[in-house]
Amino acid sequence: MHTKKNENIIEFLLFMSAFITVLTTIGIILVLSIEAFKFFKEVSIFEFLTSKEWTPLFTKKNFGILPLLSGTILTSLIAILVALPLGLTIAVYLSEYTSKKFRDYIKPSLEVLAAVPTVVYGFFALTVVTPFLQKLIPGMSGFNSLSAGIVMGIMIIPIISSMSEDALRAVPYSLREASYGLGSTRLQTAFRVTVPAASSGIVVSVILGISRAVGETMIVAIAAGQQPRFTFNPLVPVETLTAYIVQVSLGDVPHNSLEYRTIFAAGITLFVFTFILNNISYYIKTKYREKYE
Amino acid sequence: MNKVLINRRKDLIFSVAGLIATFVGLVMLVIFIGDILIDGLGRISWDFITGLPSRNPDKAGIFTAMAGSVWVLFLTTLISFPIGVAAGIYLEEYGKKGRISKILEINISNLAGVPSIIYGLLGLEIFARLFNLGPSLLTGSMTLALLILPIIIVATRESIKAVPSSIKDASYALGASKWQTMWHQVLPASMGGILTGVILALSRAVGEAAPLIVVGALAYVPFAPKSPMDDFSVLPIQIFNWISRPQQGFIINAAAAIIVLLVLTFLMNGIAIYLRNHWQKKIKW
Repeated sequence: MHTKKNENIIEFLLFMSAFITVLTTIGIILVLSIEAFKFFKEVSIFEFLTSKEWTPLFTKKNFGILPLLSGTILTSLIAILVALPLGLTIAVYLSEYTSKKFRDYIKPSLEVLAAVPTVVYGFFALTVVTPFLQKLIPGMSGFNSLSAGIVMGIMIIPIISSMSEDALRAVPYSLREASYGLGSTRLQTAFRVTVPAASSGIVVSVILGISRAVGETMIVAIAAGQQPRFTFNPLVPVETLTAYIVQVSLGDVPHNSLEYRTIFAAGITLFVFTFILNNISYYIKTKYREKYE
Repeated sequence: MNKVLINRRKDLIFSVAGLIATFVGLVMLVIFIGDILIDGLGRISWDFITGLPSRNPDKAGIFTAMAGSVWVLFLTTLISFPIGVAAGIYLEEYGKKGRISKILEINISNLAGVPSIIYGLLGLEIFARLFNLGPSLLTGSMTLALLILPIIIVATRESIKAVPSSIKDASYALGASKWQTMWHQVLPASMGGILTGVILALSRAVGEAAPLIVVGALAYVPFAPKSPMDDFSVLPIQIFNWISRPQQGFIINAAAAIIVLLVLTFLMNGIAIYLRNHWQKKIKW
């Protein structure tokens, strides 16, 4: 027999399920802050933010986050340089130039790129892309940010192309017709009318792509190397924040040691980074949602 | 040449560039799957699938890693499916208005953007150390369940939203309570979309290595796990481990294991796409 009381119990259980997501966020923030706080009791924040050496696992320890940060930024930058032009061209092409039927086949095929496990991309970067690039660029190291970045870029193409295409398709047809009526070509219409009209959606897709690249782990852990160095040279081994966390997790660093806490210091840096990016995209999405009609 | 002609030519050039760009990614995918097939297909055999780990690349197999992946898939489904669907129902049908649901919504969209390795740090500190579960299957599965929860919640909400309100109104008009309406009308009608979302989320979970490495999953496990409290490895970690070794034999093993992992991932994606099309055709309002 269903009573009001049962209904209330069910609603409470449903609410608790939804509330687990809040607990997850609180848990992440607490875990990162507590361990990072313990870390910063032993290491000065000033050294952490300004030193150009990151050698916590050596006898002479240095705790400068800049090398890991530069590795992360460098690989993500290369990824975006690959994914943005390709992704945006694909989005414009699919939305302005092709038939619905073509689109219905191509979009899911492109999304396969996002479904491939990242450890597989890492294998590809290390065993195919790097040897290929080494033939073109002699002296390039076996581990480098260039091939890791390029492969990461291929991985995020569908994020940018799919979301940008959705944004472009949301622009009402009347705007295009007005432009065609004035004698514009499809290209002129695309870049002077539809792309500007869909700009907020496109920007959101790019930010999400960057955020995905910044947090990506296995590709860079496999192909970019494990040598933290403060450089923007794409041909030498580097280490990203994520790859460092993996490196320490695979070793046997004792719990509650300073070395153990370094992964939380790296983790909180990564979290702050992606948190800012995600919130910018959420803000743009809600604030600049185009409304026509 | 006049301006009109120039503009038309530019338009044509772009349409070619667009076609090329569209196929760049797909061609890369083909090259890359072809390369892996060439490297690894010869290594795939019954002995490779059922073999235990070994120092000798020719004898090493993926049995323990496969068993670990199947266990993780099973436990992750068990944890994330009920919680995710319940949370989706709550957000879409119960707590629609008000501050709390606004906070929940922003929070979920934020969680979806948190890198998977951060979930690993959460699982390490909370499940492995605070709850004292160690680097067990249960720790790994709970960590992955939290990771895919946002995907399941969003998919559940989308499919529930697609159920027309007339169905709900009819149910209420017959005297059904809110939960009866959810359980007997809304959930059956939206199950196709929900299952699609859940399977896609699980196919992501089965390819994850980073958070499991962080919670302490091992690269070398001598035997297949027998209970949720056992140590474990999974296919992606086994692949990562083999890639990091210098011997060529292990690179070939990695390629062969990748073929198995890709078959698993694409199979799950295929089922999800099939379900989506199947249900879309069946249900017409």
